[in-house]
Amino acid sequence: MATDQLTPTRSSGTAAPAPRTRWRIDARYQPVLGTVVVLAVMLAVGGSRYENFLTGRVMANVLINNSFLVVLAVGMTFVILTGGIDLSVGAVVALSGCISAWMFTHGWSAGITIPVCVLVGTLVGLVVGVMVHVFEIQPFIATLAAMFLARGLCYLVAPESIPITDPTIVKLSQTRWGTDDGLVITPSGVIALAVVAIAFVVLHYTRFGRTVYAIGGSEQSARLMGLPVARTKVLVYVISGTCAGLGGLLFAIFSRSGYSLTGVGMELDAIAAVVIGGTLLTGGSGFVLGSVLGVAVLGLIQTIITFQGTLSSWWTKIVIGALLLVFVVLQRLLVLRRR
Amino acid sequence: MNLGAIARHRLFWPLVALVLLLVASALKSPAFLEVTVRDGHLFGGPVDILRRSSVLLLVALGMTLVIATRGIDLSVGAVMAIAGAVALSQIAASPDPGALSTVLLAMATALAVALAVGVFNGFLVAVVGIQPIVATLIFMTAGRGIAMLITGGQITTVTSAPYKTIASGYWLGLPVAALIAAFVFGVTALLTRRTALGVLIESVGINPSASRLAGVRARTIIWTVYVICAAFACIAGFIKSSDIMAADSNNAGLFIELDAILAVVIGGTSLAGGKFSLTGTLVGSLVITTLTLSITILGIPVNAVSLFKALVVIAVCLLQSPVVQHRMRSRRRRVAPVPVEVPA
Repeated sequence: MATDQLTPTRSSGTAAPAPRTRWRIDARYQPVLGTVVVLAVMLAVGGSRYENFLTGRVMANVLINNSFLVVLAVGMTFVILTGGIDLSVGAVVALSGCISAWMFTHGWSAGITIPVCVLVGTLVGLVVGVMVHVFEIQPFIATLAAMFLARGLCYLVAPESIPITDPTIVKLSQTRWGTDDGLVITPSGVIALAVVAIAFVVLHYTRFGRTVYAIGGSEQSARLMGLPVARTKVLVYVISGTCAGLGGLLFAIFSRSGYSLTGVGMELDAIAAVVIGGTLLTGGSGFVLGSVLGVAVLGLIQTIITFQGTLSSWWTKIVIGALLLVFVVLQRLLVLRRR
Repeated sequence: MNLGAIARHRLFWPLVALVLLLVASALKSPAFLEVTVRDGHLFGGPVDILRRSSVLLLVALGMTLVIATRGIDLSVGAVMAIAGAVALSQIAASPDPGALSTVLLAMATALAVALAVGVFNGFLVAVVGIQPIVATLIFMTAGRGIAMLITGGQITTVTSAPYKTIASGYWLGLPVAALIAAFVFGVTALLTRRTALGVLIESVGINPSASRLAGVRARTIIWTVYVICAAFACIAGFIKSSDIMAADSNNAGLFIELDAILAVVIGGTSLAGGKFSLTGTLVGSLVITTLTLSITILGIPVNAVSLFKALVVIAVCLLQSPVVQHRMRSRRRRVAPVPVEVPA
């Protein structure tokens, strides 16, 4: 799906910066810097227009309400860094939630259910990885098939919404740690932050992480360098699937139910967060922390529209679309200037 | 052409799937394949398949051209929603919703809006040089918001006989929707196969730089296919909104981009660009529509549609994948070695 116009940028993602004649930022960080600027502008605008906007409570809620999206975006970052894409995550979130709800109503304990619903995601990811690597089906189509598969299985497991009354899940959804003035964090938020930390270490301080970037830069070069391309390509889909499974669990905790229609279009939110976070869809360039900032931007749009009160919900979609536009055009300009 | 050559044809497996689905439906409900004449119109399963597949075929035709240039258009569903929203709000606001002139004017406005979206997508891809999947993702996200903005978040309904004809009318005994799709298919086939346009599109898809050096206006071609794709999606949006006589911004054409891409891939057009097959897309659209219909006839719960679809997609993709094709070919060679000696 990559266009020829973008091919030359692949090498520039990891290229060493030009000799410093004046103060400049490493080219790799420029897209993420754009995200930081947008985030700062949104915070400034929100803070100046609405009272109580810049409070711990509001910021904590952005994290708590989007914890599942953070986990999804982290998994998606791995896939996109290799130059692939994963459209199945939204459906896997629903599947994981449905299976957990079904298992709880059939008397399974939380100790078994929670690992199972995360592993469901892992399994779907493995199937996708094998389809992409062994059978050489394009990631777009393979993950599309996985999306249909997961949605179909959802309907078989739970044709209707199933409430979750398991005491462990209820406890997880009600626990709040923090101060009285609202700066709190939930177990879901902690899990999301832990996933980000693990992903950061894996991507930047392990051989596997370097291989992910190398494949995104040029798969052929990576293979010629003797890097384990096959294993890594399957593994990124397994990671994305596992993250989706975990995201499903977090969403089940958030909504305390399993429903086959949850997460419709969530894969697009995750992709949008990754793109806004400065990761190039051609692969090879981007940061997992950028994706987290991307989720924060999406969360803040939602918050600002809620604070405004008079704006209708569809403005969220339009603003996200406009932001995407600004970001991809900016990325493109940066790439052109660098050449 | 011997049997082996037929089995190796890229449309062999999709056609087998189509025939199997039709046979299975006919076995379950013998009246399925019967075509009767009632009130001067044709009725029956096959006619119904033709009528229902028109929306998907229109979208998939545009998608085929876009995919042939190595692109992809995710915004088609949103364009359908916008087309329905613009046309129906204008008809609803007019003093005479039943007049033909009102309907034509409303459709012209909607088409203009859709073309503008196509021009925008094409500009981002061809001129700015953004990857197609991201460029069209923008409108996929924002488009439905815009459609809701136009209808004010409501589901706009109208009563207008001329507009209703688009989806429910018959002409010469055949459904108008199917005739529209057939007409668009014919024109596209003529334009791409009887003029140089098809070859130009393929050359851009195979190697844009080389075709630019060879004097092909790659940029114009790429721009054009996105405009065409949006126009076809707009017509599909008319049929969809005329079918229910309502503009449902949330659900009109939801996920149709995925079905359309699927139809194109089943038809044997590679997502890597280059060679494309309009006939393949026709077969692909028919397979997907028949699949959806057969599921109800075969008594499989409607909830399992996407599961069933996934299995078919996975099966067709696996059969078409290079690895399996290679295995099958080498096995065939082992069984019957080709006697022709090739000089080294």
